[in-house]
Amino acid sequence: MTARVLIHLPAKALRGEVIQIKTLIAHAMESGFRVGTNGNLIPRDIITVFTCRYNGEEIFRAELSPAIASNPFLSFFTTARESGTLEFHWSGDNGFVATETAAITVE
Amino acid sequence: MSADPAPLPAGRRSFLISSGQWAAGAAIVSLLPASPGRASPHAMQELIRSIIGEATLQPGKVRLDVPPLVENGNTVPLTVSVDSAITEADHVKAIHIVNEKNPQPHVISVTLGPRAGKAQLSIRIKLADSQQLTAIAEMSNGSFWSGSADVVVTLAACVEDLK
Repeated sequence: MTARVLIHLPAKALRGEVIQIKTLIAHAMESGFRVGTNGNLIPRDIITVFTCRYNGEEIFRAELSPAIASNPFLSFFTTARESGTLEFHWSGDNGFVATETAAITVE
Repeated sequence: MSADPAPLPAGRRSFLISSGQWAAGAAIVSLLPASPGRASPHAMQELIRSIIGEATLQPGKVRLDVPPLVENGNTVPLTVSVDSAITEADHVKAIHIVNEKNPQPHVISVTLGPRAGKAQLSIRIKLADSQQLTAIAEMSNGSFWSGSADVVVTLAACVEDLK
């Protein structure tokens, strides 16, 4: 299953600059507390863990719960240290996995 | 912390049974909002206790930016920022967000580090009712700081039924 992912971060940064990273992923984030048309609870289907790795080192990790809105948006900061790639990884219920990478040039 | 499946339907059932016994009828029950069980301020306090352990929670340093009046509880923008230096010796290790009236008290837990540069996080959350949100910052020296914000929600999320 592939999900549509949007990542926004500056392509270039100065060494030591604090940069903002914004991520958005298409996902229903079904809370498991809603009742469907047949009167039964709709089973929970959410993303539970998000991680961001900067050249292999984990710089940000989030553990999500059903209280996160659908199409989870996450924005956070990191310090640009060296050029390389950032790897974004989402995993969740029913074997949901999504990975995306973005490159950054540090001058 | 993993999202634990809270036994909410059972909680609601036992609540309805107990209130039914108490009121001997549906008169009281019908006055209550027709929604499944909710996290309570008590459940939130228990969750906070499990996060901070034996440490004390001090007010301050944490700021929540959230609209005071929200029309749609399905998408509530929330920004949490922690006033702290970000160095190897002194940084924010984690930020936890909890609430008192959603079906589950836990919203999100994030792990930061000395590389974060800025201890700030923006997300969009669901709110099932007008309530108080609390954010807890865990510092590298083991202290915990908290901040709160009150939100009024007109259209509730999470628990609406598809009819």
